[in-house]
Amino acid sequence: MHIEIDEIAKSFGTTTALHPVSLPIPSGALVALLGPSGSGKTTLLRILGGLEFPTSGRVLFDGQDATGLSVQERRAGFVFQSYALFRHMTVFENIAYGLRARPRRTRPPEAEIERRVTKLLDLIQLPQIAKRFPNQLSGGQRQRVALARALAIEPRMLLLDEPFGALDARVRKELRHGLREIHDTTGLTTVFVTHDQDEAMELADLVVVMSMGKIEQVGRPQDIRARPATPFVREFIEA
Amino acid sequence: MYDRALSETYSLPTQQARPKWRPVTEESPLTRAILIAVALGGLALLVVAPLAVVFAEALAKGAGAAVASLAKPEALSAIKLTLIVAAISVPFNAIFGVAAAWTITKFDFRGKAFLITLIDLPFSVSPVVAGLALVLLFGTNSLLGGWLVASGFPIIFALPGIVLASIFVTFPFVARELIPVMIEQGRTEEEAALTLGASGWRVFSTVTLPNIKWALLYGVLLCNARAMGEFGAVAVVSGKIRGQTATMPITIEMLYNEYLSVAAFTLAGVLALLALLTLILKTGLEWRHADQLAATRRH
Repeated sequence: MHIEIDEIAKSFGTTTALHPVSLPIPSGALVALLGPSGSGKTTLLRILGGLEFPTSGRVLFDGQDATGLSVQERRAGFVFQSYALFRHMTVFENIAYGLRARPRRTRPPEAEIERRVTKLLDLIQLPQIAKRFPNQLSGGQRQRVALARALAIEPRMLLLDEPFGALDARVRKELRHGLREIHDTTGLTTVFVTHDQDEAMELADLVVVMSMGKIEQVGRPQDIRARPATPFVREFIEA
Repeated sequence: MYDRALSETYSLPTQQARPKWRPVTEESPLTRAILIAVALGGLALLVVAPLAVVFAEALAKGAGAAVASLAKPEALSAIKLTLIVAAISVPFNAIFGVAAAWTITKFDFRGKAFLITLIDLPFSVSPVVAGLALVLLFGTNSLLGGWLVASGFPIIFALPGIVLASIFVTFPFVARELIPVMIEQGRTEEEAALTLGASGWRVFSTVTLPNIKWALLYGVLLCNARAMGEFGAVAVVSGKIRGQTATMPITIEMLYNEYLSVAAFTLAGVLALLALLTLILKTGLEWRHADQLAATRRH
């Protein structure tokens, strides 16, 4: 799905989180929003997912105005920084949640739910953990379960907030490949937020460097490396 | 002597073969004994002794006399009234407490701090003052109260007044119990459920409620204990009409003032038993769902 961010601005009370920003995200791209904390990247991601609403500006999905769509209507697979797994449900129930939440006439039958959850557990390569609770999983396993749960609703796009932030370096490397593979198999337009420039450069097709609520530069990783547009970008990618 | 010199020279462990028992604390046995005695003594004096005395006084003239005093109409009416008041005010405050805690912890709005202060108000206002305020507002001398009495729906010296007073006094219990738990749990699980397509009500019933159910249970139990035991505010608004508006605590006081100590202490014993029952219920639930309690803690 093609996403168009058109002059989006957001302020919380008197503080401005986003100055008007515009950004086209081509269908099927894997995009990184890169920047230090407080740069507005997470706010922008939450606006795409419908968890925040912009003060002004529009969001277009495949050319249609989606600014007023509720979070449920967006159908965005969202992976939270701390994964936000439902701690009182098993892994199976966590992944099945989005399917069970559907209105009765579009809700798949129980056998179909089971088939889909099993398939997703295979996709994240954790077929044996269906009956466990989130607090019995490692950080990397939780992150993958959160990804499977987001994919279960057959989302129109995938939004990830610091998906590797809470993991140690080795697991992080592994899961980067995992995300790339899942992106390539599903073909979903994927946007992830990170403050780690290595991660953004290695994983993304398109990197959006942000600072102080503004977009500093948009480009392919190699172009940003070769020709940083502003002193901020140069400093940030060298750090 | 030689042994010791050798072991010191080569720092040989002399008594390593049989490690001496060492207490975890550094205090001397005497200090520990004194501290334990103080704690147990305090517990016995403040908790066990009063309870024991109540039951001893109730049974002073035998179990038969105690049972007979409970069978009297005024005792039965007091028990019934107390249960009715608790049955109305506890669910009301449970619903109110959940709604208040939900609003305060999941949304940002102006005047939030003021709302929290307002919820705490019944803790800082004396129950007698609360009762008097209700009398002023709904009593026959007020405009509203006069009209209510004239239309055959009196509040003061009647059940509605007692319920209102109990609700006011037990207002903060559930909300106070829930707010810290819900702040600690944050909003992200609810947000995740929303992104998965769940409606607001579904998010509440499948994510929020299961996560707060233990805190909610504690709040409800505390609220219930206080609703059944409230004296001050109820004493003012009820008018203490024997057999009609006298709840258990008020009947106990009246019986005691009339030197009917067996009847007074038997009723007090029943009130204490009701409190013990809720405690046993709580412990039983905790014991049965220990695994679930562990699983729902923050990971």
